Amino acid sequence: MKVRRAGAVALRQFYLYSGSPTRVVPLFVWVAIDIVLWGFITRYLNRIASPGFNFVPALLGAVLLWDFLTRVMQGVSTAFLEDVWSRNFLNLFATPLTIFEYILGLVTTSIATSLVGLATMLCLATLVFGLSFFAYGAAILPFLLVLFLSGIALGIAATGMMLRLGPASEWFVWPLPAMLSPFVGVFYPISTLPLWMQWVSRLLPPSYVFEGIRAIVHGTTWNPGTLAIGFFLSAAYIAAAGLFFRHVFRVAVDTGLLARYSAESTT
Amino acid sequence: MPQEPLLSVSNLSKVYRHTVAVDGVSFAVPPGEIVGLLGPNGAGKTTTVNMILGVLEPSSGSIVIDGIDLQQRRSAALSCTNFAAVYAALPGNLTVEQNLRVFGMLYQVPSLADRIDQLLAQFELERFRGTRSGVLSSGEQTRLSLAKALLNTPKLLLLDEPTASIDPAIARTIRATIRSFARENQSAVLWTSHNMYEVEEVCHRVFFLSHGRILLEGDPKSLPGQHGAANLEDLFVQVANEQLHNGVKP
Repeated sequence: MKVRRAGAVALRQFYLYSGSPTRVVPLFVWVAIDIVLWGFITRYLNRIASPGFNFVPALLGAVLLWDFLTRVMQGVSTAFLEDVWSRNFLNLFATPLTIFEYILGLVTTSIATSLVGLATMLCLATLVFGLSFFAYGAAILPFLLVLFLSGIALGIAATGMMLRLGPASEWFVWPLPAMLSPFVGVFYPISTLPLWMQWVSRLLPPSYVFEGIRAIVHGTTWNPGTLAIGFFLSAAYIAAAGLFFRHVFRVAVDTGLLARYSAESTT
Repeated sequence: MPQEPLLSVSNLSKVYRHTVAVDGVSFAVPPGEIVGLLGPNGAGKTTTVNMILGVLEPSSGSIVIDGIDLQQRRSAALSCTNFAAVYAALPGNLTVEQNLRVFGMLYQVPSLADRIDQLLAQFELERFRGTRSGVLSSGEQTRLSLAKALLNTPKLLLLDEPTASIDPAIARTIRATIRSFARENQSAVLWTSHNMYEVEEVCHRVFFLSHGRILLEGDPKSLPGQHGAANLEDLFVQVANEQLHNGVKP
């Protein structure tokens, strides 16, 4: 593994962002719109609901965390799509670059882009809507870590899917987080779900994050060990997504799809 | 004592379901030699090049680059290889310098800034250093692709129709550049082209591919005479017609 080669993949993305406001603006605009929208919704709910319950941490905090996961996933998949859009696979994969180095470069890009989104959301939610996110201190970091790892796993799996199905499949990728959100209990306890959905949610690391956050906000008891389950699950999903991408890459090399990716299929 | 080949291709085949694209091709290219891979469209040239570049898995056979088996140690084998192809333009949304820096890092080029300066001067691209590659003329893009191809001073250089879209004056300069590159660095060059004049001028040896097989091999200057053709172009047409008569679309 050569760090310099992974760095080259990330540097390419940095060059793209540094020379393109149309790439930079979406990094913070969409999350800002989400925070503003949900910020006012929580204010309204606080006004009409019975006193004693604060919707700001319960809803706005949940939106912030879910958007963070979504941005991490999109950071990986958008970086991959840049190579699709510029038809760069032949140039890229005829170099000594390994799959692991390539994915590491995509993940590095995602760390940078998702941190921009997270910082924007934290500033707005704290300064405008009074979300006391920093009151939790370092205790919030494990929750963010699990969400980050889940977003990375989802991003790698999504890129593998796009490599397998061709450029048009990017439209399957964007709604992936929305498809998962009902199962992970972003806004409601997992116990609200029917039993079969609860079983699915147990397999999804973000479920443990949102259950834990909800318990802390409501001041109820919660076993921190369950977050460890989320951590190990997300780590396992990253490994599985990496293996999936490697398998898809090998199939693409075998069938000739990698060299003729724009054709979408070689059959 | 004969030199160890820098590229050794043995019994290479590629089969797509019912189509045989490359059929048991074997050849070797020693250091300093420029070998032309000729043949009509669909003969299997680009398929062969793609397999040597590691972006297409052979159905059978082996590829050894500078003593390294490509299938066993892909990354190590590709470290000493590079290529330029008319169908593989560098990302148009990066500048000339950015493209060379990114690919220089991918090939782990030492003293990269100096190497980039050297190549920009060699290919007369200095004034385009900060220009996005996508707005360059096709000839300038070809020169950029060639600059990228020489970044790591490759032991094996693959050129797929490298002068296809450039004017005769620049094409002549590029041919001279590649010739001196191969001579000075003792690099092996595999060159595909449909310009028979160019092939005759540049290549030490040529292979004619047809139906995925090597049909003829030899010195491009003497080969036409050996097969009753007036020149290399006539010989090419003969091979292409033979392919046509065998029911393969050109």
